[in-house]
Amino acid sequence: MYVAVKGGDAAIENSQALLAEERRGDRRIPELTLDQIKNQLSLSVDRVMAEGSLYDRDLAALAIKQARGDIVEAIFLLRAYRTTLPRFGNTLPIDTAKMQIRRRISATFKDLPGGQILGPSFDYTHRLLDFSLVENSDSPVAEEASDNILAEMPRVTELLNDEGLIEKEIDVNEQEPFDVTRNSLKFPANREARLQNLARGDEGFLLALAYSTQRGWGKTHPFAGEIRMGEVVVEIIPEELGFPIEVGEITVTECQMVNQFKGSATIPAQFTRGYGLTFGHNERKAMSMGILDRSLRSKELGEAVNAPAQDEEFVLSHSCNVEASGFVQHLKLPHYVDFQSELVTVRALRKASTFSEKNDVSPDSKNLEAAE
Amino acid sequence: MQDTEKSERTNRQKWMSVLAKADTELLNMLWCDLQDKPSWTNIRAPETGMVLVRGKAGGVGTTFNVGEMALTRATVRLDSGISGVAYVQGRSASKAEQSAVLDAMLQDDRYATATYTNIIKPLEKATKKTKISASKKAANTKVEFFTMVRGK
Repeated sequence: MYVAVKGGDAAIENSQALLAEERRGDRRIPELTLDQIKNQLSLSVDRVMAEGSLYDRDLAALAIKQARGDIVEAIFLLRAYRTTLPRFGNTLPIDTAKMQIRRRISATFKDLPGGQILGPSFDYTHRLLDFSLVENSDSPVAEEASDNILAEMPRVTELLNDEGLIEKEIDVNEQEPFDVTRNSLKFPANREARLQNLARGDEGFLLALAYSTQRGWGKTHPFAGEIRMGEVVVEIIPEELGFPIEVGEITVTECQMVNQFKGSATIPAQFTRGYGLTFGHNERKAMSMGILDRSLRSKELGEAVNAPAQDEEFVLSHSCNVEASGFVQHLKLPHYVDFQSELVTVRALRKASTFSEKNDVSPDSKNLEAAE
Repeated sequence: MQDTEKSERTNRQKWMSVLAKADTELLNMLWCDLQDKPSWTNIRAPETGMVLVRGKAGGVGTTFNVGEMALTRATVRLDSGISGVAYVQGRSASKAEQSAVLDAMLQDDRYATATYTNIIKPLEKATKKTKISASKKAANTKVEFFTMVRGK
């Protein structure tokens, strides 16, 4: 139980002024602009938008600046802001088959229509510090090929689908998809609720759980069937117009995980799927999500559920870093009254116990008075 | 059903798309340069909100909610009685209002041709240029992997 305390106004104001000073840092150094953050820390912006669950590069950049680069704090700021905006409605589902692709790779097929597009990737860098970036460098401008890439690249999963080698994704929605921001999660959760929860879940948490399944805590055996990143069009049907209009474009990363088989007396063996989709360029997150989507389907696919990554209540209840950091960090708030009551209890227990009298090796306990 | 609608876009759908995707600064510049503008009244003043972006599992299956996107909308009416609507990504009130006025102007015979030539065409050209450049830069990273036979 938390009992409110009063006072400390002046100290709090001064603490906030000090925070603002620390945020600004050395005043001889030029202040960061939002344009700089948006352009040069674009992957931080992407992560804050994905987990902040609001696609707006300007707001995410502002949150990062205000949070002094603390990404989870920035996500908190964006989540708080989004509660102040009215919701105009839903979009039509984005069509990732029509993505303007900037990166597209498959670890399952080397030759596929449209080819493998490496795009801007850390994958083939040597992870050696580049000291040429110490000074402001004139970074090279990327060269253009003579031709465009293929306008619409087929998904790898659709290629497998043609042969019936992978389970079909079927649209099972009979009503509006469950919205975890408007309804509280109930278990068992359906797949759409899981996917929404994972899409806004903490990257680190998802990554660690996905890793745990690869190491044997639950079985997934995934292949990265395809990862694609680029821009997709967002469409809505405004009530007053009654026809769909394009309202903008967002960058997303999609990961199609292909996993081991499932078959039955009536259905021959097929690969199974796991799906990851995030705002921005966010491969680590999209892949982790794809692995977890699949591991959380264990029960549906008749597999034993015995690892954390297969337990939907465990995964979905702990994926939100705003909730998690709030609950962990609330322990910093004054718990003086709480603690006093526990002190009384522990002293009473010790008094009542002959064992404690004989074996009391602690220093003079009277000096350990809690703060009032 | 949706696909047939998508394949045959009306002119209005097309210009609304161009306006929504336009660079805010470029649109503002072209708007300021536009000589003959009608007066208008705001039916719905620019308002910023969000739309819930949806995706499909596997790209084709169950629809689920991915997250929200900031969006600004506006509705105006020209003195001629023609009304214009805008829904544009982001939080720019001026972009939404300008887009709504332009949507009305493009439906008004008196302004349609000049608006199309001076606003929509250059916006389209700028967007296309950016897209082609991005596509060609991506194409330049296309790779041919080959597997090697070992042990021979």
